[in-house]
Amino acid sequence: MSAHAADTHAHDDHGHHHKETFITKYIFSQDHKMIAKQYLITGTIMGVIGVMMSLMMRMQIAWPEEPNAIFQALLGKWAPDGVMDADIYLALVTIHGTIMVFFVLTAGLSGTFSNLLIPLQIGARDMASGFLNMISYWLFFISSVIMVLSFFVEAGPAAAGWTIYPPLSALPLAQGGSGAGMTMWLASMAIFIASSLLGSLNYVVTVINLRTKGMSMTRLPLTIWAFFVTAVIGIISFPVLLSAALLLLMDRSFGTSFFLSDIFIQGEVLHYQGGSPVLFEHLFWFLGHPEVYIVLLPALGITSEIIATNSRKPIFGYRAMVASILAIAFLSTIVWGHHMFISGMNPFLGSVFTFTTLLIAIPSAVKAFNYITTLWKGNLQMNPAMLFSIGLVSTFITGGLTGIILGDSALDINVHDTYFVVAHFHLVMGISALYGMFAGIYHWFPKMFGRMLNKNLGYVHFWVTAICAYGVFFPMHFIGMAGLPRRYYTNSNFPLFDDLADVNVVITIFALVGGAFQIVFLYNFFNSIFFGKKAIQNPWKSNTLEWTTPVEHIHGNWPGEIPHVHRWAYDYSKPGHDEDYVSQIIPLKEGEEELQH
Amino acid sequence: MTALLSILVLVFISVAIWQMVKIFDLTQGNANGDESQIAHDGDNKINGYLMLGFLIFIYVITIICFVKFGDLPLMSNSASEHGPGIDNLMIISMVIIFLVQTVTQFLLHYFAFKYRGEKGKKALFFADNNKLEAIWTIIPVIVLAGLIIQGLFTWTEIMNVSEEDDTLVVELYAQQFNWKARYAGADNTLGKANVRLIDIDRANILGVDESDPNAQDDIITTELHLPVGRPVLFKMRSQDVLHSAYMPHFRAQMNCVPGMITQFGFTPTVTTEDMRVTPEMIDKVQNINRIRVEKSKALIEKGEDALERYEFDYLLLCNKICGKSHYNMQMKIIVETQEEYDAWLKTQKAFKDSLNK
Repeated sequence: MSAHAADTHAHDDHGHHHKETFITKYIFSQDHKMIAKQYLITGTIMGVIGVMMSLMMRMQIAWPEEPNAIFQALLGKWAPDGVMDADIYLALVTIHGTIMVFFVLTAGLSGTFSNLLIPLQIGARDMASGFLNMISYWLFFISSVIMVLSFFVEAGPAAAGWTIYPPLSALPLAQGGSGAGMTMWLASMAIFIASSLLGSLNYVVTVINLRTKGMSMTRLPLTIWAFFVTAVIGIISFPVLLSAALLLLMDRSFGTSFFLSDIFIQGEVLHYQGGSPVLFEHLFWFLGHPEVYIVLLPALGITSEIIATNSRKPIFGYRAMVASILAIAFLSTIVWGHHMFISGMNPFLGSVFTFTTLLIAIPSAVKAFNYITTLWKGNLQMNPAMLFSIGLVSTFITGGLTGIILGDSALDINVHDTYFVVAHFHLVMGISALYGMFAGIYHWFPKMFGRMLNKNLGYVHFWVTAICAYGVFFPMHFIGMAGLPRRYYTNSNFPLFDDLADVNVVITIFALVGGAFQIVFLYNFFNSIFFGKKAIQNPWKSNTLEWTTPVEHIHGNWPGEIPHVHRWAYDYSKPGHDEDYVSQIIPLKEGEEELQH
Repeated sequence: MTALLSILVLVFISVAIWQMVKIFDLTQGNANGDESQIAHDGDNKINGYLMLGFLIFIYVITIICFVKFGDLPLMSNSASEHGPGIDNLMIISMVIIFLVQTVTQFLLHYFAFKYRGEKGKKALFFADNNKLEAIWTIIPVIVLAGLIIQGLFTWTEIMNVSEEDDTLVVELYAQQFNWKARYAGADNTLGKANVRLIDIDRANILGVDESDPNAQDDIITTELHLPVGRPVLFKMRSQDVLHSAYMPHFRAQMNCVPGMITQFGFTPTVTTEDMRVTPEMIDKVQNINRIRVEKSKALIEKGEDALERYEFDYLLLCNKICGKSHYNMQMKIIVETQEEYDAWLKTQKAFKDSLNK
């Protein structure tokens, strides 16, 4: 049935013979491969902005109150004489978080690879709706522009943290950033959510309906499973954030009291009565926690594929990998309260959320061990994509393990909102997802641009990034355990923390070096688009369908009929075959058994 | 000057990149396989060894951190009755994390080194094994079950505050950007309060109900004094935005939420005086003062005042982003004997006497 749908679709759409103008090809494109590239490049630009903000924050923490020419150049009036203003520090915290979580690691990661790989790996001509897909990208683009423009508002951009807890985010009297800057933040996020929902619906419909003949759900590559489940979680949770944002907008502009009550600020009592900020926290984290997995699961899917291909081995425990993705997705929607242990909610709820939260460690452990077993007795091809994938497993373990401390309500009391949390989530979702994104770029660059990235630059990029990531975030755990709160503009008002100043300088130096070395990647990326070595059709000797398409992109993906699928995606080094890979389109030999996976 | 330095740093980084690419180039034996941009045996070998090196790097950074900062963390020196419970659980969790981290990182990086690719080698076709999957599902289940059970017991014990007769009830009041404490006075009952009753002209800054008889003997202070060994129950309020009352030495934290009263209770066990003379604290304070003396030298050169000498005090910090001066919202906590506490309390003004007429 699905194959039939794909074929009829192909007849309408399979028009590589019509002439395309520059605008329809590069700007308002409805082709999933072009949209993927648009997402990637927009995401990369947002990533550069987000990382630069974090570097400025790190410089401020390491050398507080010292004039810095970089601040003066980049922050202008927010850094009079080069000394950073306390308000803008909080704005940097806020916008860095928002940009990295949503614009880089949600849209940049899912948007790029779901768009590129879903049609190519399931054997479809394009997404179910190319038009919605185009709209989705352009909404994302508009929301990015609004978010960046909010830096140019008179009173400054949103500065209430990426979690925008009211009343701070609701009252312009509470801080400058809660005026027009916050309005732009909410507008940008509302548009972003619309974009994300359109994209997710498209992914789900495409995976369910447009799989080629023979591509049963149990033959799907793990990338597609991850993108599919990610899209489902997005559809479930993003609307809740939208509702929270709308209610907050009403509190801000129309005098309602959903989240506000009994407030006295700047000498006046406000009229709000009966609302509760805790309600907002619930609504926010009902998205906020699944969001962590919206960021992480695509990265795990990408690395599953890359580790199998480059180990020349089947991914170990395919069924367990799928089951753990599903388990993580399910659990992710019932653990949000672990962000709120000390929010003032009933302590009994804390117990419930501790229980569900620690359960997530089980599927996560299964995934980590399956990755390691996949490496065992493999024939590892150390391409840059493989290095980043191994790096992901490493940071996923290091960062994930401290989750059993933060997920435990009793322990969370004392490390909540300290640098321990910052270290934990940056490793487990920030760096891990970023590695997943880098791995995906190195692996599928030939598919996207028909050229190869320079591998030596890739090696330099990986090793410096890997060392700096640990150098930044590993010591941060200890600062947190010493009780240092996050989001402090400077620690110099607390002599208690004076002995942490040196560590903070070391961390900042690692961050600056790591940040600077991303230039290697950017150079490699943009240079290779134009001057890279021309790619061959299947450079990594991979089994999946995308490598059966021609190197030059054509609308509709395959010049002739869509190939049929006869086996799962992981027949690497299968006994009885001469090559160490067997493409999914090769029929089973006589007497050959497909694994009961 | 800064600009020049930045340029120099950039130049050095570029040279470093160029050199590293050179090294990778040189290590590639056969120049012809190099063009494809696909890893060959030479790449596999060098990156395999680098994986081993990276494993050592992870171990070294772990050891350095534990040796250098292992005594900073709040895993010892707790100053409340429930503190050791949290600290024990923390240590158990840390030991488990440390073991799992050491073993899994070893396996990951060692396999990456051991099974690095070579031409002509064939990988083992090994797709599934239910026994292995069962092992690494069941072991985490058992370990986590233990952690969950102990965690829940610890949590329930901390959070179930029973208000016994001798419990001292104190209101913690948060506003941008300072803390106030309100003691219940002789009747040990806090008077009613609401931000709508705030009257700045009459100096009723917490909105205490002036007509409530319970409120008359309440005492509002800017320092938090606690008698040692007596359970204290904090009732927390905020007048404007979310704040979080974080008292790290007592392993205590709770958000202050406008529109509702939150609570947290604990029993302080070590007076400020006693804490100052513990050997760990003497070391820590000495170390901090050494750092401050160094910093002062630089300040004096610039013509600014030297930093004051640091003396240890318990602190209450704001730990929820609350606006511009969030980084400086603190209150001193003094734990003292009951007699000292009583004497201090006598010097403070009762609410009814503190109002402007």
